[in-house]
Order: sequence, then structure tokens, then C-alpha cells
Amino acid sequence: MGRGQLRPTCIIQSGSSMARVKTLQALFKRYRRPGDVVFAWAALVVAVLLLSQLGAETNLKAGGKLVARPWFWPAVSLGGMAVFAALHLLTSLISERIEGRWVEIWYWIRSLEYAGWFIAYAAIVPIAGYLPSTIVFTLALIFRVGYRGSRFFWAGAVGAVATVLVFKSFLQVKLPAGQVYEYLPDGIRQIMLTYF
Amino acid sequence: MEDFLSGIELLARLDVLIALFIGSVGGVIIGAIPGVGPAVAIAILLPATFSLEPIVGLTMLLGIYGSSMYGGALPAVLINTPGTAVNALTSYDGYPMTQRGEANRALSLAYSASFWGGIFGILCLILLSPVLAIVAPMFGSREIFLAALLGIILVIFAHRGQVLAAGMLAMFGIFLQTVGLDAVTYTQRYTFDLSWLSSGVNLIVVVLGLFALSQAFVLLVSPDEAPEATHVKGRPTSGIKEVMGNKRVATAAGGFGVLMGMIPGTGEFTAQFMSYTYAQKTSKNPDEFGKGSPEGLIASEAANNAVPAAAMIPLLALGIPGEALTAMMLSVFYIHNVIPGPALFQNNIDLVYALYIALILLNVIVFAFLLVSTNVLTKVIQIPTRFLGVLILVLSFVGVYSLRNSLTDCMMAAGFGVFGLILKRLNLPIVPIVLGMVLGGIMEVKLRSAMARVKTPMDMIDRPIAFILFLLILLVIGLHIRTEIREIRAKLPEEDHDVHDTQLR
Repeated sequence: MGRGQLRPTCIIQSGSSMARVKTLQALFKRYRRPGDVVFAWAALVVAVLLLSQLGAETNLKAGGKLVARPWFWPAVSLGGMAVFAALHLLTSLISERIEGRWVEIWYWIRSLEYAGWFIAYAAIVPIAGYLPSTIVFTLALIFRVGYRGSRFFWAGAVGAVATVLVFKSFLQVKLPAGQVYEYLPDGIRQIMLTYF
Repeated sequence: MEDFLSGIELLARLDVLIALFIGSVGGVIIGAIPGVGPAVAIAILLPATFSLEPIVGLTMLLGIYGSSMYGGALPAVLINTPGTAVNALTSYDGYPMTQRGEANRALSLAYSASFWGGIFGILCLILLSPVLAIVAPMFGSREIFLAALLGIILVIFAHRGQVLAAGMLAMFGIFLQTVGLDAVTYTQRYTFDLSWLSSGVNLIVVVLGLFALSQAFVLLVSPDEAPEATHVKGRPTSGIKEVMGNKRVATAAGGFGVLMGMIPGTGEFTAQFMSYTYAQKTSKNPDEFGKGSPEGLIASEAANNAVPAAAMIPLLALGIPGEALTAMMLSVFYIHNVIPGPALFQNNIDLVYALYIALILLNVIVFAFLLVSTNVLTKVIQIPTRFLGVLILVLSFVGVYSLRNSLTDCMMAAGFGVFGLILKRLNLPIVPIVLGMVLGGIMEVKLRSAMARVKTPMDMIDRPIAFILFLLILLVIGLHIRTEIREIRAKLPEEDHDVHDTQLR
């Protein structure tokens, strides 16, 4: 039996009539997705934990008008967040459970892999240089997500080179030169340091 | 007139025109790719424009902002998938027309209606400018604080059916902007003794994570797709005449777009729904709506294209963004040391006129571009989604890393990317976080400076505009409560709304 079938019963016992249950449910009902209750719990826990740190993480002793004190806006925002999060959690708990919660959470976890790819790419650029890192990263990721046809690799390589040309060579966007460029011969080194 | 001419002079430069052209055409292409959208594009390009001159950077991003909805109509009509979230209603009538072999007519109608709505919005903006120039200086700290507060409330209430989640996320956004060193008292707030948190949470890092990286992660984790689009045959200008025959619907839709665009938090969706409902109620063939009605298509496209110009009104006059894209535009203004607000109309009115003219030009460029390039753009729609995800990830890196060459920024952006993915999967809105950050910052600063002259709480609303804003806040809250009570009393069935679902596409 899903949680959604249990909760209204509890409310019926404490409430005055069936109509009130319906009203309460209608008030809090909204369009939900699997995994909603996990998010609702997490949001409430984060809000309450952050709020509990108000004394340690802001200066409560600072004087002046109330709204000008450094703790005022963190307190207002986190207090508001905690209240909204609690109500949001309540709506999730009284709504009918949607199947597929763990499948959905696995989907969230799978996205961490690509967050890792992104951070690894950012960590390699200052060492290996923008152009080589971008080409290698693009091709490796194209392989990782399942493409095998040569046209994808060619398109990826062209896309990577075009990105570097537009942003680094043409727009001169602020990106560090690769440490490996220092080992290049004199003539090419300066060009690579400036444009790639 | 002199200011208007100086505005033209500001734009009459090759680099500005090239930037406008790249922005306009780029915006159409980006808008046409389902799963990218203007928010992703602006987020990625924001840091790239830092090195450009203010007017060059601003016109390029304005080009993307104003033109993406044109491009978004293309996949909405051809493959029943809106290119941008605001083209959702376009697919209702556009796709049935494609199914019965009228793709060219539908696209031509969409472009022509978009052009009508776009120009109508800009004309309203120009006509309203003298009024704004008079009213804007009447906004002091108190008024701007109250307007920002009204903005936050509207943004929360605009997410009907998700008010609690929107409220929670808006509060989270307000909290994020408080992290770091407090500029007035020089005390640390929620830095947990971590040096990298002392400078606070950067808005652009958050925006890039929530919009661009999250979209890349969604595309990379989800199964690969490559939509098939039909080849379009026929005269692309045929819709102009048909829109002229439906001037009433197009103009009313443009009017809704302007009205909703000016109000923070409401924007394109509400404008579209209102104009679509109006068109249906006043139509001779209301049963045709949803089955390929030209009027429905015109109402939808004219409304959403009138919004960008109108959304510039609170942004330029008060420095208050109404939705995510204008919030990003606000950060572009700040970075280029152009501070939107009452002073802009007094000191930089030529820049304001230049932006108006740029908006008109971009509509002309985009309309002309679309008339000759529709079939090329259908190829863009067919890019496989995972491949698109790889490209967005590569481009996002430039956006995040070029800010201050910080690996920490990249890690934070990746974290917000995963958070954005979770929100998108749960059909929860991202916009309240961004607006919470921007409007929260404005509220904190303005309330502090207003306090210098406020002795009692009543002093906050003792000026006419402050009082009107206060009444508006009460009215909005009152109306929301009344609607909730009515819905409960009427025991209306739960509406299954896919409003934020379009973020996944």
C-alpha cells in the first residue's frame, strides 16, 4: 500500500469530516514527479541545518537598525526557505506515491559522472593547453556517450577546434596557456601561448 | 530627437552591426535547436562579451534574446517540439497544419506574426519612454525595494500549482546572494571559514550551472534522439498577407505580450495563454483551435515576441528583471558598467534609444534571414541530442572558466548543474533561484539605504509611488488567496500543467 493511501486515513481520524480531508488534499495537491519526496526532505534538512548555523556563520552582535544587521537577510531567507520547504514536504507526504523513485534517483546520480568529466576537463586545461584538452575531451566524451561512427568524431573535432578559434583566438577570452606549451620550439610556442 | 540621433550614432559602427547580426542569426539557430534555448546561449556567451565594448556586447546578447523565439517556432511547427519553452502553444496549431501538408503556411504565419508582435512591442516601448523618463526618477530606495519585493511575490505566485516550491527556491536564491563578505559591516556570512566563499556565490556561475550545464547533463544522461524534420516547400512570404487579414488578433496578442512582459514573473507563458484564449473566444471558428487554426498560431507567436521589448521596461527604468533572461541581461549591464535604473533615463538616454533601434533592426534581420533559410535550419533540428550535450559542455567551460580562471567556479557550476538537472526532472522551476539572487541583492541594498530616512514603518509608504506599490503587493496577495479559496470551493480537478516540462526539451 502506498503512502498516499495511508495519510488521508490519519487525517480523517483527526479531522472533522471527509470533506475537510478533500479540501486539505486539494489545497496541497500539485503535479508531482517520482523522487519529489526525497528532494522535499533534502531541501528541508538543508534549510534547517543552515538556519541552525546562523549564530556561528553571521555576526549576531553587530549593532544598527534591524534590517541593516548582517544576519537579517540570511535569517529571513533561510527562515522562509524552511517554512516553504516544510509545506512542500507536507504536500509530498499527503500526495499519492508515484512509482519509480529509485530509478529517478539513479538518474540523478548518473549525472554526477558528467559533472566529473566537466571538472576533469577544467583541471586539465591549464596543464595540457586549451586546444589539445578540448579536442581530447570532446572526442573522449563522444565515445563515452555511445557514438561510434567516424562522422561524429570528425564533427566533434571540428566543433572543438571551432570553439577554440572563436573564443581563444578571435575573442581572446581569458583562458590560461597550457604548461606543456613551454616545451614547444621557440617559433610555435609563442603562437600557441597566445592563440590556442 | 537629438537623443534619438545619438542613439543611431552609437549603433552606426561596423563592430556593433556585426555583433547584432551574429546575435540575431545565432539566436534564431539556437532557438531552433530543441534543448538549447536562449538562456543556455546567453549564459555561455556572457563571459565572452566581457572583453567587448558595452554596446557591442549588449547588442549581441540582445540579438540572441530577441530572436530565439522566432527560431523556436520552427521545431514547434515541424516536429511538435517547441525550440524554446515559450513556443509551447505554437505547436498546438502549427503541428496539425504541418500534418495536413501546410508546413510552409504555418511557418510563414509564425514568422509574420512574430515580426508583428516584435515590432508592436518595440513601438510600445518607444511610446512609453517619455512616461518612463518622468516616472523612473520618482523611484527612490523605498520604491525600488517595494518593486523588487513585488517582483519576488509575483514570481512565486506565477508558478501556479508549485507556489511552495517556487517560494522555497526563491528564498534559496535570496540566501545565496547573502553568502560571502558583507559589504557594509565587513563580516563573513555563511563562508564556513572557506576562503573561496568569501567573495560570495557568483551569479554567472549559478546561471551557467542551472541553465547550461544542467541541460547538457540532461541530454547526456537521457537516451539519444535525432528528430526528423520535413522539407518545407512553398513561398515563405505567404503568411504576411494572412497576418494582415488577422490584424485584430495579432495586435491584441501583441498587447497581451506587452502588458505581461512589463509585469515581473508573468512573461511569455501568461501572455500566450491569455492571447490564445482571447483569440479562441472571439473567433468565428473556435473549434479549429488546437487542430491547426491560423488564428491560434498568430495569437501565440505575436504574444511571445512582444514580450522581450516589454520586459526591458522594468529592467531599464528600474533595474528590476522580470524573468531569467532579463536577470542575465542585468548582469551584462552591470559588467559593462551600465547601471539600469532611473538614472539611466536621465544620463544615458541615447543608449536606451540605441537599444530600441537595435531591437527593431534585429527583428528585420531575423525576419529576412528566416525567409531564406528555413530549410537549412531544419538540418539544425536534426542534431542528435547527446552530441548536443557534448557541445554544450565544451561551450559552458569557456563561460565558467573565463570568468576568473577558477577551478572552484567550475566545481560550483557543476554542482549547480546537477541541482538544475534534479529540478528539471522534478518539473520544478529554476527561474525563482536566479530572480531570488538578483532581486534579493537589490532588496538588501535598497532597504538598507531607505532606512536612513525611515523612522516608523509607515514612513516606508508615505510617498505616492511607494503607497501604490504597497497596495499592489496587498492586491496580489489578496487575489492569490481568493483564487485558491475559489478553486477549493469549486473543487476543480487538478490541472496537469507541463509548463516547466518544456525545460527538458
